[in-house]
Amino acid sequence: MPGTLETTRLTMTVNGDPVDIRVAPHATLLDALRDDLELTGTKLGCGEGECGACSVLLDGSVVNACLILALECEGAEVRTIEGLSPNGRLHPLQQAFVDYGAVQCGYCTPGMIMAAYALVESNPSPTEADIKRALEGNLCRCTGYRKIIDAVASLSNGGASHD
Amino acid sequence: MIRSVDDTAVKEQTRRKTRKDSLIGKRVPKLDAPDKATGKTRYLDDIKLPRMLYGKILFADRPHARIVKIDTSAAKVMKGVRAVITADDVELVTFGFGSDNTALKKGKVTCIRDEIAAVAADTSEIATEAIKRIAVTYEDLPVIGSIEESLADGAPVIHEHIADNVPFRFDYAHGDVDQGILESDVIVEDTYHVQRQAHCCLGTSGIIADFGSDGRLTLHSLTQVPFSYKHDLSKIIRIPPERIRVIQPPIGGGFGSKLDVHPFEPICVFLARATSRPVRMTFSREEEFLATPTRQPMVIKLKSGAKKDGTFTFRDVLMTLDNGGHTSWGATTPWISIRTFSSLYRVPHVRQHVDVIYTNNIYACAFRGYGNPQATFALESQIDGLADELGMDPLDIRLKNAQESGETTGQGLVLGTCGLKECLETATRNAGWDVKHSAPAKHGKRTGVVRGMGMASIFHVGGGAKIYRSDGCGTMLKMDDFGGVVVFTGASEIGQGSETVIAQIVAEELGLPLDNIRIVNNDTDLTPWDVGVHASRTTFIAGNSALRAARKAREKLLAAAAEQLKRDADDLDLSAGNVVDRSTCEPLAPIPKIIRGLHFGKKNDLIMTSDYYEPPSTAPDKEDKGDISACYSFGTHVAEVEVDQDTGVVKVLGISAAHDVGRVINQMGIEGQIEGGIAQGLGYCLTEELKLRDGRVINPTFTDYKLITTQELPEMNVAFIETNEPAGPYGAKGVAESPLIAVSAAVANAVHNATGVRINELPLTPERVLRKLQEATDADG
Repeated sequence: MPGTLETTRLTMTVNGDPVDIRVAPHATLLDALRDDLELTGTKLGCGEGECGACSVLLDGSVVNACLILALECEGAEVRTIEGLSPNGRLHPLQQAFVDYGAVQCGYCTPGMIMAAYALVESNPSPTEADIKRALEGNLCRCTGYRKIIDAVASLSNGGASHD
Repeated sequence: MIRSVDDTAVKEQTRRKTRKDSLIGKRVPKLDAPDKATGKTRYLDDIKLPRMLYGKILFADRPHARIVKIDTSAAKVMKGVRAVITADDVELVTFGFGSDNTALKKGKVTCIRDEIAAVAADTSEIATEAIKRIAVTYEDLPVIGSIEESLADGAPVIHEHIADNVPFRFDYAHGDVDQGILESDVIVEDTYHVQRQAHCCLGTSGIIADFGSDGRLTLHSLTQVPFSYKHDLSKIIRIPPERIRVIQPPIGGGFGSKLDVHPFEPICVFLARATSRPVRMTFSREEEFLATPTRQPMVIKLKSGAKKDGTFTFRDVLMTLDNGGHTSWGATTPWISIRTFSSLYRVPHVRQHVDVIYTNNIYACAFRGYGNPQATFALESQIDGLADELGMDPLDIRLKNAQESGETTGQGLVLGTCGLKECLETATRNAGWDVKHSAPAKHGKRTGVVRGMGMASIFHVGGGAKIYRSDGCGTMLKMDDFGGVVVFTGASEIGQGSETVIAQIVAEELGLPLDNIRIVNNDTDLTPWDVGVHASRTTFIAGNSALRAARKAREKLLAAAAEQLKRDADDLDLSAGNVVDRSTCEPLAPIPKIIRGLHFGKKNDLIMTSDYYEPPSTAPDKEDKGDISACYSFGTHVAEVEVDQDTGVVKVLGISAAHDVGRVINQMGIEGQIEGGIAQGLGYCLTEELKLRDGRVINPTFTDYKLITTQELPEMNVAFIETNEPAGPYGAKGVAESPLIAVSAAVANAVHNATGVRINELPLTPERVLRKLQEATDADG
């Protein structure tokens, strides 16, 4: 019966800190982050990998935390939205989202920023097409995406080109 | 955060002209954005109260059935289950706009989302498992899955008190349509079908109910209408409203979905009462698709005419709404549809009849645009039809009939400021209309990729909507002796940026940096009364209220400064944190010093002000006429599309939008509203349809219910027409709903321009477009 299942030890690195917790076998990475580690910046939007609100970095790659079993992350390195501003100072990408008006209700914002972070980490000069492709798995119902794309483009070396 | 004012900076700023200091019209980042961008914002499902339980509802999953028996025994004995309730355990009070709903259902269910039972448990997993163990015996009844089935002879009755399945009818008329028909040189008649759209808020529905030992109830609720919510909910849960406190955590999207009390809310209260513990309930995405209301599907029969020179003569409208199995405020969306038919462009003769029809589909509610996207799709499509018949350019026929400032429409709406002509001219100019909207080519072959351009305009309330006796909003404002200001406003922030706009207005009036202003807008124990976030009313109504409260504080502050500085108050101004000389802008004293002078001086006074703003509008009369809003917003959208005639795929290349917004207050915020509205409108036009078969939702996931993503995003050119509405704060009108409204008509008109085929059904999916192109080709022979 759920809730009474045996838990298993899970060790991983989250935002640079080692964590050592016990999780149920069916718990997702999202459950572990939100419920066990109280990293509630990562959002549950659908639980089915369709909206991107739970995007985090797992060993450097952006994933939907709702689709990853927590126990798959043994030994892994995880980065969440909280890990982008460890000293309280906004990461330039977070600041760009603020300055460019890329935030409305904000529910998609952490996932959107993590997906954008994965992009700019791997490609410091993304084109607009690169940005659209990188963010296509992240749904936003408020902004119409324009200001999100502009915010990410502002981080690009020399600004993103329209192509 | 209250920031102390740096002297050098103050002098520098003060030297600049006051106008340059103005925050109005600037690009101001939202005050709540830093917390949202760092994940610090605590949404409802981030809140955990001590000893909190998790609530879960058993939905009927039968569209129409008698409830024979509910057996909860297996759920009740589960470890960790703290309460299981059905309709037998609570007092049932009917509620909803049609008084046809109850929190939990007894006797019969009328749609699949009907609430049968609920559980509170130690964990959400246990609650979910317990729900599965509740056994319900039903006796199925014939299912009414469509308007046609509901109106058929001998159709089963859905609610016994409404024998014909038509709970509401609305009629409206001005002029004489028969006369209008006689005056017409051309008449066009068509039927338009518009679909069910889901709000798809990224944050799902939810609530926390928490009783104090004194019986007082605190709700953490996502409502958009906290004060009427208290009133409505109190009747259902039998707790006096003054013993209910509504705290509104930040919400993951509203768009009208939270204008009603929804059954899960009283159910969560019942669970909290049964367990004497706080209970949180949040919907899964599937529950959000299945068990929250949607935009109304409608069938609109529209007939309209024009004279040879393009002058509109009449409109005759017959609308039917698929209301679903219960009635929410959404049944009143025709009130807004009617106003578009009566008042978008001049038209002397209008007649409308609306039937709101019960079906066994999930029920409908308010959604951004409130009946206007449906009406505008039909009307603006048909205006292009009239232009075709007359051989006129779609722009010319619209300009011919567009109103100007100062006109009163047939429905009695007074268009004090009206920028419709400027919107038409600006949006088409920016889109390259003259070049790109060439006369439709001969469309014999219908193969390959073709381009086209189409347009549509918008008419919507811009100064609130007086649907209650009051359309007001309250503000309280206090200034402290550090120059900090706390504004308590009745207006809720739902992500749209109202809190930033209100802070801008107050900062502007009091000559203080934006950082000095804090907005309290989410706790009914603290905030003054407001009608709620709907009808695009917050910037206009709450903005006016904040402006007036700030002006009262300003007056008091200047009077105190005059006394302390031994100057005439008329010679003083407030700028960059200082009392300044009005003519030279020379700083005379920091504002905090003046306030301390009040606190510690002879008068021992405070600067605390309040205001209740009631807009100069009137509730509609018995004929549904009257000036319902203090002003009206206009806009025009021009869409350029590419249609692949071999696949039916419509690609929207660009939207050129021009909106009469009165005056821009936050340039960045208003752009975001327009761009976001266009994206929602594109979804409505191209991809979004919550599909039901025999009352069951068949696509309750984001994979099968497709929202617009970054990949479908067109170029957007947004222009603002500033008509400086005298009744608005600094001239502003409301705008929030407008940008969604015209997108589908503009795109459908562009598809017609590209292909020669008019499609009167939404959404314009490849399947539908291909079928319509094929039908047209077949008809051509």
